[in-house]
Amino acid sequence: MESVIERIDKGLFWKFHGGIHPPQMKFLTSDKPILQLPLPEKLVIPIQQHIGEAGEVIVNVGDDVVKGQPLTRSTLPISVPIHAPTSGKITAIENATIAHPSGLEELCIKLIPDGKDTWCERTICPEYQQLSKAEIIEKICNAGISGMGGAGFPTHIKVGTTAQINYLIINASECEPYITADDLLIKEHSSAILDGINILDHLLEPAFILIGIEDNKPEAIKALQNATQGIDKIKVCVLPTQYPVGGEKQLIMALTGTEVPSGVLPTSLGIVMQNIATCFAIADAVIHDTPLIKRVVTVSGQALEKPQNVWALLGTPVEFLLNECGYPQQEKKHIIMGGPMMGFSLPNNQVPIVKTTNCILAPSEAEIPNDNQEVECIRCGQCAEVCPSQLLPQELQWSAKAKDHQQLDTLNLFDCIECGACAYVCPSHIPLVHYYRVAKAEIRQQQLLDLKAEKAKVRFEARKLRLEREKLAREAKHKKAAEARKARMNSGTPEANNEKSAVAAALARVKAKKAQASAEPTNSANPSDDASSEKKSQVAAAIARAKAKKLAAKDNNSIAEKPPAEINPVIIDEKIEEKQTLDPAEAKKAKIAAAIEKAKAKKLTTEAKSSTSSEIKTETVTAPSPADAKKAKIAAAVAKAKAKKQQAEQKKEIQLSANEDITSSIKDEPIAEAVTDKKARIAAAVAKAKAKKQQTESK
Amino acid sequence: MAYWIASSPHNHLQSKTSALMRLVIYATIPGILTQWYFFGWGNIIHISLAIATALLTEFTVLSLREKKVSEQLFDGSAILTAVLLGISLPALAPWWISVIGSIFAIAIVKQLYGGIGLNPFNPAMAGYVMLLISFPVQMTSWQPPLELMSVPLDFINTLSVIFTNFTYDGYSVEQLRTHIDGHTMATPLDTVKTNLTLGLTITESMNNIVIGEYVGIGWQSLNLAFLIGGVFLLFKKAIPLVTPLSFLGSLFVCSFIAFLISPDSNASTLFHWFNGACMLGAFFILTDPVSGATSIKGRIIFGALAGFLVFIIRKFGGYPDAVAFAVLLCNMSAPLIDQYTRPRTYGHK
Amino acid sequence: MSIIIAILVIGVIGLFFGALLGFASIKFKVEGDPLAEQLDALLPQTQCGQCGYPGCKPYAEAVANGEAINKCAPGGDDTIKKIADLMGVEVQPLDGNHETDNTPKVAFIIEEDCIGCTKCIQACPVDAIIGATKQMHTVIIDECTGCDLCVAPCPVDCIEMRPINQTTRNWQWDLNSIPVVQLDATSQEKEV
Repeated sequence: MESVIERIDKGLFWKFHGGIHPPQMKFLTSDKPILQLPLPEKLVIPIQQHIGEAGEVIVNVGDDVVKGQPLTRSTLPISVPIHAPTSGKITAIENATIAHPSGLEELCIKLIPDGKDTWCERTICPEYQQLSKAEIIEKICNAGISGMGGAGFPTHIKVGTTAQINYLIINASECEPYITADDLLIKEHSSAILDGINILDHLLEPAFILIGIEDNKPEAIKALQNATQGIDKIKVCVLPTQYPVGGEKQLIMALTGTEVPSGVLPTSLGIVMQNIATCFAIADAVIHDTPLIKRVVTVSGQALEKPQNVWALLGTPVEFLLNECGYPQQEKKHIIMGGPMMGFSLPNNQVPIVKTTNCILAPSEAEIPNDNQEVECIRCGQCAEVCPSQLLPQELQWSAKAKDHQQLDTLNLFDCIECGACAYVCPSHIPLVHYYRVAKAEIRQQQLLDLKAEKAKVRFEARKLRLEREKLAREAKHKKAAEARKARMNSGTPEANNEKSAVAAALARVKAKKAQASAEPTNSANPSDDASSEKKSQVAAAIARAKAKKLAAKDNNSIAEKPPAEINPVIIDEKIEEKQTLDPAEAKKAKIAAAIEKAKAKKLTTEAKSSTSSEIKTETVTAPSPADAKKAKIAAAVAKAKAKKQQAEQKKEIQLSANEDITSSIKDEPIAEAVTDKKARIAAAVAKAKAKKQQTESK
Repeated sequence: MAYWIASSPHNHLQSKTSALMRLVIYATIPGILTQWYFFGWGNIIHISLAIATALLTEFTVLSLREKKVSEQLFDGSAILTAVLLGISLPALAPWWISVIGSIFAIAIVKQLYGGIGLNPFNPAMAGYVMLLISFPVQMTSWQPPLELMSVPLDFINTLSVIFTNFTYDGYSVEQLRTHIDGHTMATPLDTVKTNLTLGLTITESMNNIVIGEYVGIGWQSLNLAFLIGGVFLLFKKAIPLVTPLSFLGSLFVCSFIAFLISPDSNASTLFHWFNGACMLGAFFILTDPVSGATSIKGRIIFGALAGFLVFIIRKFGGYPDAVAFAVLLCNMSAPLIDQYTRPRTYGHK
Repeated sequence: MSIIIAILVIGVIGLFFGALLGFASIKFKVEGDPLAEQLDALLPQTQCGQCGYPGCKPYAEAVANGEAINKCAPGGDDTIKKIADLMGVEVQPLDGNHETDNTPKVAFIIEEDCIGCTKCIQACPVDAIIGATKQMHTVIIDECTGCDLCVAPCPVDCIEMRPINQTTRNWQWDLNSIPVVQLDATSQEKEV
């Protein structure tokens, strides 16, 4: 450790592999003070602005909130709340485009400022040393602070480590072109930043604090040196300007010469890194009890009239900032959130500023041309030379295009930090980083799918076992019951004898019935399959019974309701018959007759497909009977089932024209009759069936 | 109103593959001019023929493959291949040599393997080797430097020889190559090799008329010109430094050791460096990124292997020069070299 | 005599090696059918039966015994490629009988239509539907493999296959699908 500090004192640093020197373009904004903006008309605050889990919304639409009031809450460890950036009214909690490369919509809280900017109650606490570490960490967590450099990792997790810390590294390098937010923040608020660093010092008790800053910010360096004068522990390390020195692993390498092993957190090496803007936010949170509700954003780019740094409330739509900085109306817009190397393009100008937004870039057409055409890789190897992770970008690119996930793993795709240096230098203009991102997303998805497949397999096997077990259990039960019965019958007791004779009588009855059934002339009965026809007729009888009951009720209620004109004669016959046979004395006979008729009808429909209309009409007649909700539901279900069955039958043979006839008549009927809720349902079901049928037909 | 969606990085170094190719073509100009000065119009005619054929072939194949013709035709790679092939051919070779050579180089070696970026072999060198094995007589009929020739060879005469095999006055290529004293003149490398088999020492060979004061009339200046072109490319960062360095270093070490062991039967390092296609190979052929190794370590191995092979083939092989063969052999081994010289990723052991 | 010795020697050697082979075959016996296991690992385990086999494992075993490799619709071309690699055969396009659309979907039960018949529960190969007789059923989305076997048995057609929602977590960096919208001042007013 001593040698590291000696080197730093001498102004010597380590070199990391690769790196590039893109045009800095920081002069656009670096010489203007941070501008205070008026309140925007509305704020859109995404509920998740950090890595981890989103909190639970604790306000409602219509609530009046005050500035600094928490809007979400979470009990999960990797989660921080969000706060109202100003006082006003919650107008909506709904999905809106969030600050993410995908441009997807996620849950956001929409707030209309009331213009009063009323603060919630705060307790200023300049004597933070008297607080316990846990209290300070809680304050940091409750203030909603997450890393403000880029990734947005919740800060309280990082500072809550119990590991022995050798170096606390403050990242002020700000290596991306255009961005000057940290530069300006240091220039204007170096004492507050020092407070933040001291709080971190108090929490982590590191041996040394290294502030890494690029040599292209002389004023900020001077401000930091002045602020830290006389503190031996804090070293301001002025690094040569090179992109991406601000990357966590690169900065650790440059300052301490330590390589962070892949998949290991720097904490385990005794190193913690914090962004300098996070330090400022920590000081604000701990000393002034101010949650993270605003941040410095560089609004830059040559398309703007007045590029500058601004204090932006979280949730401010990008459009507001651009208008404040003079964004001209133009046909083709290219707005980038973040820097030109790692930022992402926005799909519209309503995207809100979030905790990690350090820059809004509106480049002119000449600055960042949009006409780059990818050509074939010529294996020039320049990408490998600039890669800070010492990867082989061109080989990764081939494997990514070939979806060779195994090879991508061998080439350590997941060590890519997506800094964009490779794509920046590529003479063939291949969007290398994009290919890696797609490949990474695919691999993650594949891993999820593999997990899911594994789970499905386990569940499938478990189900198979369960079914097997149940089958065995059922068989065993049956066997047991049969044995018990046998044992009883053979025991010779009077009960057993009774039972025996009862069984014999039952058998005889069944036989007699069978004989009768086969003797009767029916259409549906199949002589070769007596048992099944028996069952069928029984079922049919049951249905007929239900129908008769319904009809009776219907007759009582409204005799006026007439069957539609084009109803099939078979059904009419059936009805007449049913009405005639309502006499209880002849009930049984009638039932059988009804059953036969029913079976006949059924057979007719299955045989003569062209007459299927009768089926549906039967439904429409029977369904709208009594007002009993449950019955109606059952009827609807039956209707649906019938429709489905019919449609299954029709699939095979029926002509399209016939279908249309049916459907048109179906459509007419419900309109003609009084349209009740149940009816609508049936219509819907029929329509659904029709749609499905046509779909299958068209295939 | 439309928003432009793109993936980061949004800004880009304004360099292009075609610009890189163009730069390499420009860097061959000193060499071509020197060649013209010492050997006449022959190579310029061949270069023009090769360019025309290469572009025509490229156009045909790209159209057949339904690629974007306008973009790829003038990306410079086909022209560069043709230029390199034209430079390597004997100045008085018949016209169909360069035509067949460039068709083969573009259609078979480059496009059939998938086009630019995917060819495992350097197209110019593969074309050259194909010609050398198929038409050995035409491909070894090297023209001596103009100052040694008995018949003056102007543009018209050269054109006539290339297209009809005879000059205006009816001299054949063989007659043109014959010195006043009746010997057929060859390249310095060839001369030394032949003399060694005849039992002459290197010192005796050095007195041969084609070698002149230093290591070969014309050839030494030609190599110097390519070296200048190569240094220009290095200065422009168009080619990596390590490949030519390790190639020349390896050739130096091999030839120097051989020279120390037996100075009578081994030519000096300078002779190896400034003869044949040595500098052309070092700066223009081996540095072809497509068919070479990609990592720095790999390039060092690649260059060293090429140097070693050039020496071995020049010393023991049947052909006078060795650069083309060495390059093809190295091209073959490039994927293997790449496989074993992958850099250690940050954070990995 | 020498012939007898030769025969004896050869015989003894033959016996020895035969015994060795026999021993090796017992000692190093490979359990199960590794090829079928490997194939099973490649299949998506939706257990959908679209291949004509009752589940992924039976299909894997069938493929190991020479069945066509292009019958797994949920796996799509990727799975076919992997199977082809493993089996050392040519990649074939997906069997024409299947739908080519294999966007991930999950079953969804329209609750107001459900009559509680439990038919879908019986059809589900991975027990991802819960419910009881005459009780409304529901799908455990995380367990659903999207096999759509529950759709057909439903007597009231209340099960739909719905594509899985895209979130920032499963987004695949498809920049072309980002909806680019221009919100003008008037629509903002409405929104507010």
